[in-house]
Amino acid sequence: MLLSCENVRKTFGTTVVLDDLSLRVDEHQVVALIGASGSGKSTLLRCVNLLTDIDDGTIRLDGEDITDPRVDPDEVRQRIGMVFQSYNLFPHMTVLRNITLAPERVHRRPAAEIREQAMEWLGRVGLADKADSYPDRLSGGQQQRVAIVRSLVNSPRLLLLDEVTSALDPELVGEVLTMIRGLKDEGMTMVLATHEMGFARQVADQVVFLDGGRVLEAGPPERVLGDPTEPRTRQFLARIIEAGRL
Amino acid sequence: MAGRHWRGSRAVVTTPFHQPSEIQRGRIAYRRRQTIRSVLLAALSTGIVGVLLAVAVTGAPGWERVKQSFFSPEVAWRYLPEILDGLWLNVRLLVVCAGLALALGLLIATLRTLRGPVFFPVRALATGYTYTFRGLPLIIVIYLMAFGIPGLRLQGTPGVLVLGGAALVITYGAYLAEVFRAGIESVHPSQLAAARSLGLTYRQTMRHVVLPQAIRRVAPPLLNDTVALQKDVGLVSLAGPIDAVRAAQIGVAQDANYTPYIVAGVLFVLLALPLIGVTDWVTLRAARRQSAGS
Repeated sequence: MLLSCENVRKTFGTTVVLDDLSLRVDEHQVVALIGASGSGKSTLLRCVNLLTDIDDGTIRLDGEDITDPRVDPDEVRQRIGMVFQSYNLFPHMTVLRNITLAPERVHRRPAAEIREQAMEWLGRVGLADKADSYPDRLSGGQQQRVAIVRSLVNSPRLLLLDEVTSALDPELVGEVLTMIRGLKDEGMTMVLATHEMGFARQVADQVVFLDGGRVLEAGPPERVLGDPTEPRTRQFLARIIEAGRL
Repeated sequence: MAGRHWRGSRAVVTTPFHQPSEIQRGRIAYRRRQTIRSVLLAALSTGIVGVLLAVAVTGAPGWERVKQSFFSPEVAWRYLPEILDGLWLNVRLLVVCAGLALALGLLIATLRTLRGPVFFPVRALATGYTYTFRGLPLIIVIYLMAFGIPGLRLQGTPGVLVLGGAALVITYGAYLAEVFRAGIESVHPSQLAAARSLGLTYRQTMRHVVLPQAIRRVAPPLLNDTVALQKDVGLVSLAGPIDAVRAAQIGVAQDANYTPYIVAGVLFVLLALPLIGVTDWVTLRAARRQSAGS
């Protein structure tokens, strides 16, 4: 088991965002978090990456309790990659610099080796010619692919993807999803919050439906998306189908 | 429409000649007539305002005396070399003080972002400093530094010029610290989240991600404060060094004629012009970049 969340609780003021939430992710597994806005998907990912402190419970990475206050969060984050909805590339750096910054500063690897690896990755996703461009010159889909590459050059154990296609124009969604599918084939362990039910069905080993900060239903995609047992899950999926997103 | 044709292995970009339509030619002609009309109108109204101003000033009952005691060419010519000598001191002082004040401001702003209980005294000191020196009039700081510190009779007390310069640096450092802080706070939290998620430490995040963006964003107000500093450099004359203002003051006292002040004033404006030009250019560029949606 690579990641486990045990009875995690998170509140913002009086709002309970994560309520006694438990979740397990095995190595090479892809877990899709689905649920309405405000159901706690993004907050869960931020908690796993220690960007937000939890109020109770335990999160373990490779068996180690990473929510222990004595743990160095910077060291934990080096083992976890995260990609955001709005890409969050650094606008004052070229594409290549965006990718090489962390390996150079955090992992202290030789610059030439990092550069070579970054260029190889960019080549694989068809963006080698954009290496020296600034992010504002790229389309949303291109920016998001660069953001994914940036999170991968540290060779993370786990990749967290927070609604990575939600800000994209429909015709650009495909290129990002193709890239994620490629990562699954290479065995990358991923937890992704998504509204793309079709994609979740194709790529996820486990679909987790969050409602009000709790795991209401979890299981293989065919079952959770095809034949949900909980009425709330059915209701949610019915609305998604109505909106033409499935 | 521009077309791209491939000839062998060579790409040739061609732009076929486009003949504007009747309607477009009409629009172009109309816009040209409008432009000519506005230029003529602007010239006419400027001329009228200029003449009115000239008549009002030169027609005033005391004009002859004012002309003599403020705009006397001989007096101006006589004191120009000394005032220029003084101005050279202002320029050197400006360059040194601006550099030091920028460094101090950046340091203070960065100290105020430090987190953790260990840094509480540092944060408190930095905050107290900016509050005090943004409120304290520069003239009082100059007096305190230039006359108070030598009064302590300590060994190795620097001269009044250095002390006056230190007063400028301390006061402007406080203003610039606030500008830098505004810039730091304007960087979106998602940039911090992205940097931290890559494993960068807080310090690395500040240095590589937050500060470079913050400084770019506040470049126009920083330059504007530098223009203000350029004028206030003249206030060190209060402490005694012979800068342009002091040289003009000496001239005024000798001839009982105010023309040297006008000379010094004109020189200060001329000195400021390039810096103001750069500020406007940087501001315009920043505004353009923002509207381009970067």
